Amino acid sequence: VTDNNKETAESKIWSFSVSPFLSVCMTNCPTLIVTVGLPARGKTYISKKLTRYLNWIGVPTKEFNVGQYRRECLKIYKSFEFFRPDNEEGLKIRRQCAMAALNDVRQYLSVEGGQVAVFDATNTTRERRGTIIKFAEQNGFKVFFVESVCEDPDVIAQNIVQVKLGSPDYIHCNTEEAIEDFMKRIKCYESSYQPLDEVLDRDLSYIKIMDVGRRYLVNRVLDHIQSRIVYYLMNIHITPRSIYLCRHGESDLNIKGRIGGDSGLSARGTEFAKSLRKFIQDQNIKDLKVWTSQMKRTIQTAECLGVPYEQWKSLNEIDAGVCEEMMYEEIQEHYPLEFALRDQDKYRYRYPKGESYEDLVQRLEPVIMELERQENILVVCHQAVMRCLLAYFLDKTADELPYLKCPLHTVLKLTPMAYGCKVESVYLGVDAVNTHRDRPEVRIPGCTQKCLSAEDVDIMNPHKGCDITYIDTSTSILTPSLISFLSLSGSRHGRHHAVFFFFSCLLVSQLCRNWSPIFRITQLWGQITGSLKDKPLKFRAKTKLRL
Amino acid sequence: NVKLMWRFMSRESCHSVAPHCSNQMKILASVPQFCNSPTMIVMVGLPARGKTYISKKLTRYLNWIGVPTKMFNVGQYRREAVKIYKNFEFFKPDNEEAMRIRKACAAAALKDVTAYFTKEQGQVAVFDATNTTRERRAIIISFAKEKGYKVFFVESICDDPEIIAENIRQVKFGSPDYVDRDIDEAMEDFIQRIDCYRASYMPIDDERDRKLSYIKIFDVGNRYLVNQVQDHIQSRIVYYLMNIHVTPRSIYLSRHGESELNLLGRIGGDSGLSPRGQKYANALATFIKGQNIRDLKVWTSHMKRTIQTAEALGVQYEQWKALNEIDAGVCEEMTYEEIQENYPEEFALRDQDKYRYRYPKGESYEDLVHRLEPVIMELERQENVLVICHQAIMRCLLAYFLDKPADELPYLRCPLHTVLKLTPIAYGCKVESFFLNIEAVNTHRERPVNVDINRNPEEALQTVPDHI
Repeated sequence: VTDNNKETAESKIWSFSVSPFLSVCMTNCPTLIVTVGLPARGKTYISKKLTRYLNWIGVPTKEFNVGQYRRECLKIYKSFEFFRPDNEEGLKIRRQCAMAALNDVRQYLSVEGGQVAVFDATNTTRERRGTIIKFAEQNGFKVFFVESVCEDPDVIAQNIVQVKLGSPDYIHCNTEEAIEDFMKRIKCYESSYQPLDEVLDRDLSYIKIMDVGRRYLVNRVLDHIQSRIVYYLMNIHITPRSIYLCRHGESDLNIKGRIGGDSGLSARGTEFAKSLRKFIQDQNIKDLKVWTSQMKRTIQTAECLGVPYEQWKSLNEIDAGVCEEMMYEEIQEHYPLEFALRDQDKYRYRYPKGESYEDLVQRLEPVIMELERQENILVVCHQAVMRCLLAYFLDKTADELPYLKCPLHTVLKLTPMAYGCKVESVYLGVDAVNTHRDRPEVRIPGCTQKCLSAEDVDIMNPHKGCDITYIDTSTSILTPSLISFLSLSGSRHGRHHAVFFFFSCLLVSQLCRNWSPIFRITQLWGQITGSLKDKPLKFRAKTKLRL
Repeated sequence: NVKLMWRFMSRESCHSVAPHCSNQMKILASVPQFCNSPTMIVMVGLPARGKTYISKKLTRYLNWIGVPTKMFNVGQYRREAVKIYKNFEFFKPDNEEAMRIRKACAAAALKDVTAYFTKEQGQVAVFDATNTTRERRAIIISFAKEKGYKVFFVESICDDPEIIAENIRQVKFGSPDYVDRDIDEAMEDFIQRIDCYRASYMPIDDERDRKLSYIKIFDVGNRYLVNQVQDHIQSRIVYYLMNIHVTPRSIYLSRHGESELNLLGRIGGDSGLSPRGQKYANALATFIKGQNIRDLKVWTSHMKRTIQTAEALGVQYEQWKALNEIDAGVCEEMTYEEIQENYPEEFALRDQDKYRYRYPKGESYEDLVHRLEPVIMELERQENVLVICHQAIMRCLLAYFLDKPADELPYLRCPLHTVLKLTPIAYGCKVESFFLNIEAVNTHRERPVNVDINRNPEEALQTVPDHI
């Protein structure tokens, strides 16, 4: 990351942002997070959540669940007897699995460029933890323990019901059998459990989470990433709740197909806001908080709900810089190179004087932290922002994030359950334009991309008779030159001109690898020769040409 | 004028916290509420455990991020009541007279806390006293319960004699209590003072106090115990307390070298260094080498001029987008004269409330503070750091370290080609200013006398510094 510093300031590196977290987190050595605790204490829940969070903020993280390794080794789980402390065979297999997992950790952190590995196992004995510490020392990893301690029988029972019953281990058992077996399994660990000790382990870095977050003991936080992990763990909770995500109602600029800006709601957008109000009331949500951005369209949407709401500047739409309030065709026209660069890496691409999705993630991090603290909440935001939030909750990669579908007038209800998130999508029945632009299929460096399909633009533009140029690369090569050829072939001189023109078009396009000069030249030529007098070029791919 | 009204409303919504401003809530809700009910932070611990250090620092941080906070040091009340401090005997547990005075002082402080919350729109009050007995803490808890305030305890536990001695040396000798004593006398008296408290000290108990919200800090941050964090502000406080340290270090703040746009009197933009700016970068490299700083980290923004300045240092540096200069929106790359000509109203509004004013399609100083908060948090974690940034940014960072309020912040002087060295000592920050002897334009614009919308251009441009 710091190699960027060696580039001169003039270089085009500013088109792409650099993971902000990596540039701060100058940990030279990778970190190994080790969970500690009896079964059904939420270790895997914490591991998965932490991994998801770290990956979202840009820290490559992977979890290694030793139970998985055991399942692959054993194939069939018979009963709790496997976990008995006097089962020599079982102990041998379990040790091997732990070693295999540690080997993979080494592979991930030292070879594959990972930054954090989460080693998810009970690790309840001092001996086992000693082995891990030694392993980490040998490989130059920092170790941070996360211990979960809980004696509340209700919480443990709830845990077992939520995640253990569905586990591959208990697929063939009925509920009572499974619970009974699992309780005996826990008992197997209890006798040899040595929790992290305040005195004996005072030189270790760890956090002890007691009773699902009622109390924490934090020891020797060494660096930035451990500090962030501690902060995150102290903000999450497991109280049941739902998060509602939606965009503002359709806006005036949406209808015109323009990005960004700060316009108000269209008539349909206002209708959506009213439908949203009814939807929220019908959902009968306890103590719902409502958040919006500081842009008109989200505020107007929230106003219709008739409840107090909070405005976050961090929820504002991505800043498109010089491209603000432009249509995609205009961006294509004025900034064709930028447009292509964006399609190459939409996540990291930063609009000139604007932002990238990566910048968005960084500015949304406090929002996510606060969302974790909250209970029932409705967030009224924008397309790019909603994509980032959704990617966090649904664990989508940076690659997928900018292409997540977040249509207007649709509410997503996210309910955390087990290790993930249940998603329900509710379309509120009010029509709106489609603002989603898929990843283009053809990617030729230096060439302009397919801008929009005709269908997209048709939907976006209810005024079909107006002046717009659609660019479809499949027909664009031939049509302008053909047109000029046809229009000019009337006269003998014209024919020569037309042929000359046809080939010079091809030459020009090859030289600058960009088709738009052709249109300009054709347009100019046509206007000079009078054949296209007063008629700007209009093509509709798939419909007949109009001159 | 609908447009103006809308802009006014959006500006209103910029105010960071306004829980009691119900009329504002009717127009637009304000930005995220940090807390609905006022919060009392109550310090607990023997003398010389860093309670006042933590109180002052926390108060400074909370005010900077926009949470109105005030500190109430009971020792101050005692000094006002007793006038002259004789010796440690005042603090002996069997000194009835003194006990009565001390109790009265605590009550007076609590009364002022109520006034702060109800009359002055305060949000957080830091109650700085030893509060070492369960009895005293119970009084505070019932007081808070009665008034509807939340309570969060911060207990500092430390038994390392060296740390305690260092504490005493750094802050107690300068205290008004020991003004006329010599060092050994003062040290001995203070140690006996601590002993007076020790016998009756009842730390917060993990079992009996399990319903209370608190953080226990052990050995200056080696270990923390956090119990029952109730809300956002308590979570932020815990995060902050877990990131600060007392290791001696220095923070160097500097702007980029003079830029091309600086010379032209234009604001914002992303230009490169002028020749004099380049000379400054070289001078900065020499200065830094001369300072002989251990393990110096260098931070810049993502803008050319800071990066070019850092390049001259020849060391590794990190770039933070958060350190970018304030976005002047539609006024980017304009001179003040052009802003006056094209946006005279905006220009006047900015002079009326420079901290909260947001450029159209741009940012306000208030927005800057919000985006600089992670930078401050990381600065607290770090040791020796050099930050090469911009005028508005440097003003915000300086305001944090020097505890400047929001109305002074936008007018702090941060001239080009000058390095500020900040060294935390005692309860504050020592500032040394180094001008590296390379001429540069002045970019500081004072607040003009007339800030009315209808003022004439000369009045508006009165304080604009010279440029090409």
